[in-house]
Amino acid sequence: MNTRTSPALPQAATIASRTRADYQLIGGAGERAVAGKLANAEWYKCPVPRTLMKSLMQRDDAHAIRDTALWYALIIGTGALFVFGWNAGWSAAALFAVYFAYATLYCSPADSRWHESSHGTAFKTRWINDVLYQFASFQVLRRPTRWRWSHARHHTDTLVTGRDPEIAAPVPVDLLSTLLNVFAIKNGPKELWAALCNASGHISADEKTFVPEMEWPKMVREARVWVLVYAVVLGSALASGSWLPVLLIGLLPGMLGAWLYNYTGLTQHAGLPENVLDHRLNCRTVYMNPVLRFLYWNMNYHVEHHMFPMVPYHQLPKLHEAIKADCPPPYASTLQAYAEILPAMLRQVRDPHHHAVRPTPTPATAAATA
Amino acid sequence: MSQWITACAFDDIDDEDVKRFDHAGRTFAIYRYEDKVYASDGLCTHENVHLCDGLVMEHVIECPKHNGRFDIRDGRALGAPVCVNLKTYPARVEGEQVLIQLD
Repeated sequence: MNTRTSPALPQAATIASRTRADYQLIGGAGERAVAGKLANAEWYKCPVPRTLMKSLMQRDDAHAIRDTALWYALIIGTGALFVFGWNAGWSAAALFAVYFAYATLYCSPADSRWHESSHGTAFKTRWINDVLYQFASFQVLRRPTRWRWSHARHHTDTLVTGRDPEIAAPVPVDLLSTLLNVFAIKNGPKELWAALCNASGHISADEKTFVPEMEWPKMVREARVWVLVYAVVLGSALASGSWLPVLLIGLLPGMLGAWLYNYTGLTQHAGLPENVLDHRLNCRTVYMNPVLRFLYWNMNYHVEHHMFPMVPYHQLPKLHEAIKADCPPPYASTLQAYAEILPAMLRQVRDPHHHAVRPTPTPATAAATA
Repeated sequence: MSQWITACAFDDIDDEDVKRFDHAGRTFAIYRYEDKVYASDGLCTHENVHLCDGLVMEHVIECPKHNGRFDIRDGRALGAPVCVNLKTYPARVEGEQVLIQLD
């Protein structure tokens, strides 16, 4: 494992300051990023023949229909089992075990479904993408339009300080926040509060920096639908005198079930350098088992996804094969990735200039191993 | 004054595909679908991304970065994250060549 303290890379050196204030979209390091030509910049791309890339970008409905049907079947199955156990008077431990499985299935795969459908690559049919996007956004506690635009910015300016609104582990690392957010304890209620603000017609100044004005009314409409859904859930709980509606839909499963997407998602960028224009340096590709890859929709191929975001999730293994000779070696497992991430993050608590360094093949070594 | 410029050979573009054409400091995208040709500005109106790396699906070009989509016939933006239409140019096939009409 390689680790290094910045300034390590020419681009990183242009933004030397590293405080939490740098991450603010207004008054942060964004202006320096623009001046340093880090914003909206041209990124390195591994060479892929056009004919191959065209075939990899082709969409279909079959993969995602199969995977989405299976996912919702698992949610409904575990949810039904929980309701049965609740009514049958199962022990608290048994109920919690089933509920934990339900919440995990309800929320964590919603992260990758939200993500893939935001790119429009899950389904060939556009409206099915949009429907899945709305459901998955609700389940993973992300306001649909706000996060669609923040994710577009994340892809334009990946890990560019003061530009990327989706940096999961800003430096200096705040361990308490990181740990609390394993179960979305900070982010979950914060997102609901933001939805309430949107529902009242208020869009924050930060959000206005990356959501175009023509999309603000949509944010308000969607937030009002969320408020309506939560009102129905709470009303059903009160009317029935049961906690079940609150346990099955909304904030609680969205928080309890967040751990798995945080476990897989933290491998994407945590501990890697900011302000570099090469996804091979600031993203990780991590080999995962088929179950995790189903739940995570192949986002473990994260270098590949960032470099070519229009390749659907089910084609990422093929893309990985096509470019792996020109990429750092993938991590053999999440454990191997965390063996790099955890020490790097712990050091970043006190040393915000520290980051892990990925070995990047030179063209000559890439050709030799291809 | 507008003029017709040779952009590329017709056979240089596969059917349902796009090719980049740079001319006089500007960049364009030349499309071919069902043996008809179309032309537009080469960069997405959302961010500075070359559309020539995108995917042509019938009459739609999809930006390779953010899934922005435009109708190649008239440049209409077809939904978020693109909000601004793409400028298009008349294009025709003459002999073996694709010509586009520039302002």
